[in-house]
Amino acid sequence: MSHAAAAHYTSTGLDSRKIAFWAFIGSECLLFGSLIATYLVYEGKSVSGPTTHQILNIPLTSVSTFDLLMSSLMMVLALAAVQRGDRVWARVWLAATATLGAVFLSFQAFEFTHFVREGLGFTTNLFGSSFFTLTGFHGGHVFVGVVWLTTLLVRSLQGKLGPDKALNVEIAGLYWHFVDVVWIVIFTVVYLIQTTPLPQGVR
Amino acid sequence: MATTAIPQSSPAVPAAPTGVWSWITTTDHKRIGVLYGVTAFLFFLLGGLEALVIRIQLGGPEQHVVSAEFYNQLFTMHGTTMVFLAIMPLSAAFFNFVIPLQIGARDVAFPRLNAFSYWVFLLGGLFMNASFVAGPLFGAGHLSVAPNAGWFGYANLTSTQFSPGPNIDFWVLGIQILGVASLAAAFNFITTIINLRAPGMTWMRMPVFTWMSFVTQFLIITAFPVITIGLVFLLFDRVFGTNFYNVRAGGDVLLWQHLFWLFGHPEVYILILPAMGIVSEVLPTFSRKPLFGYAVVVYSGVLIGVVGWGVWAHHMFATGLGPVADSVFSASTMLIAVPTGVKIFNWIATMWGGRLEFRTPMLFAVGFISMFIIGGLSGVMHASPPADLQQTDTYFVVAHFHYVLFGGAVQGIFAGIYYWWPKIFGRALNDRLGKLHFWLMFAGLNLTFFPMHFSGLLGMPRRIYTYAPDLGLNTLNLISTVGALLTGVAMLVFLYNVLASRKQPPAGKNPWGAATLEWAIASPPPAYNFSVLPTVKSRLPLWTEDGVSEIPDVPPGPIHVPPGSARPLIAAVGILTMGIGALMHHHFLPSLLTVLGGAAILVYGIYSWAFEPFEV
Repeated sequence: MSHAAAAHYTSTGLDSRKIAFWAFIGSECLLFGSLIATYLVYEGKSVSGPTTHQILNIPLTSVSTFDLLMSSLMMVLALAAVQRGDRVWARVWLAATATLGAVFLSFQAFEFTHFVREGLGFTTNLFGSSFFTLTGFHGGHVFVGVVWLTTLLVRSLQGKLGPDKALNVEIAGLYWHFVDVVWIVIFTVVYLIQTTPLPQGVR
Repeated sequence: MATTAIPQSSPAVPAAPTGVWSWITTTDHKRIGVLYGVTAFLFFLLGGLEALVIRIQLGGPEQHVVSAEFYNQLFTMHGTTMVFLAIMPLSAAFFNFVIPLQIGARDVAFPRLNAFSYWVFLLGGLFMNASFVAGPLFGAGHLSVAPNAGWFGYANLTSTQFSPGPNIDFWVLGIQILGVASLAAAFNFITTIINLRAPGMTWMRMPVFTWMSFVTQFLIITAFPVITIGLVFLLFDRVFGTNFYNVRAGGDVLLWQHLFWLFGHPEVYILILPAMGIVSEVLPTFSRKPLFGYAVVVYSGVLIGVVGWGVWAHHMFATGLGPVADSVFSASTMLIAVPTGVKIFNWIATMWGGRLEFRTPMLFAVGFISMFIIGGLSGVMHASPPADLQQTDTYFVVAHFHYVLFGGAVQGIFAGIYYWWPKIFGRALNDRLGKLHFWLMFAGLNLTFFPMHFSGLLGMPRRIYTYAPDLGLNTLNLISTVGALLTGVAMLVFLYNVLASRKQPPAGKNPWGAATLEWAIASPPPAYNFSVLPTVKSRLPLWTEDGVSEIPDVPPGPIHVPPGSARPLIAAVGILTMGIGALMHHHFLPSLLTVLGGAAILVYGIYSWAFEPFEV
């Protein structure tokens, strides 16, 4: 499609899909902004435990954060490989990106089940509701990204992801980096900067 | 299929496909615009019917035309329908039909996404309104289980404790579905306006309607995610029992109000900015003068969009936000009156000294300005927290926003309907009937809404289904009811005008002698819009000597017209199915299976869409 797009006149010279996708990312900022703002407004307002510092495991989540950051590096390498027409390394890096994304999701699945066993469910308290919704929305975005990257990998294996399709990978990359950046914000405000006072009774 | 060769001898228009299937699979922005317009107008009539029943119920004291419960459903669905199913999609009808023509494009940037937006809107509207007859399916014991907590759905009135039935579920899921349609359309139009302007169509040569629509799209992509999250919280509270609006668990019901009005106030500008754009097209045409202060009108529109994001809490003065928040939001609300006032003065200055021609579109445009001033002034009154505390939740507020939305947005939309009708259908609406329609509606709306200022200041609260006879409200309410019926008659005149328009003579390319690009081509425009991509050399291409390159009636060469696709409809059906599944959340397994089935349809739709050969 990009060769057809290139033949078309556009006002900016950019492909329309790229512009639309940046607009989509702008919209997503407000989506996550609302979730993060709600989390912060409700932080420390739970009337019962467990909440943040009683349950959040910073070392464990640091590992999964590092994993997700590395996946962004893999994504950059995948795009570069596709752009220069390097099929083998395109597949390697796409597979690596998707795999690191899946590893991140596994960490999250482990974390969630661990929390539930520790007594923090979706409905336990205000923290449970806002924490699971925020990180769950992010996890859902990572899941969509993994499916997207896997689709690109399959297209590459079919030999249908040449340099003329590099824009498809670039847009997937925009999405992936965005989801990664959102996680950096979430990791910082949820895990690293905990302002929660102890719930009444525990104090 | 991809390329249609046109022999030089044949008529300019290659045979457009006909039949129902061609409309279901259409990706032509003009057809999608017509679909949007017809569908939204039917919803507009439905919302108007709901308003009429409301007014009949309130026509006299202690009446029982409808029950209190059904009255709640009526005012909730009236507001929700008019905002999401009538005014927004009627504006979208103009975005679709007019924007590509005004900027010299052959279609929108993503024709299939455009079709997807329409189908999601249609199915979302049907989903929401199905609640009027879905009672038996939920064992409700009565027919209607329509949403009943007001169009703002304040927490915790919407909690399962106070609204156990499916009413609120219909509302939450319906608005979520409609949000998908609005967002998809907004990404499309932003891209179209940025990227598909014809050579020479620079930003400051763009018609004001396209400019105001552009600002509107940014408001949509920033405001809708916020209400999406607010609704997700509400849905999770209702389905899973989370605590977002649960006071007992420490939740704050004001969170809903903040999220709702963070969306809700930009939404007001989403409703009014397109109408302002329409009026900015109509006034110069019928004044035979360029728009006064074009650049300032554009900038003030952008400023309204920006400041529109900083005024939301003026809807919440009565919740006790404290003096700092009250002062800030009071100041920003007064501030936003400045760019609005600038626009009004520019419109008046456009008419000043012009050769005024009071055809129907012009009447509606002038009606827009005058009524919008009244609604705007009472709006500035609300900017003062002490005054607002007196007016909150009274009919004074109802009077205010109906002057803005009916006197403003709806009159602007009718100006657009009469203005672009000959371009869309090739024949103009009858001018005499149009004038009758205008004067009946103008009288009707003032009779309906002007007395509400007084009934409000006398203390009549909103959202009550009846009132005692000795409150001094009887006459005022009777006048309002008579006005509403008169407005209904005006709509009948319009519908008759539409039917009679088939007998009108062909309108020709530019019946009004307008200046913008859409009037340079045939009415109705051919499938490919422009036989050659025009080069624009002026802000008023048709009023300027050599303002636009020649656009021949017969295309000089073959023109690629994108084929249709059914994939967008499939994806839209997937979204509807997911909504239906979520509606059944009291039955866990069937609900889950339906949601997953819907997701599967959606994924199939997206994948078959992504890999479908389709060249724009």
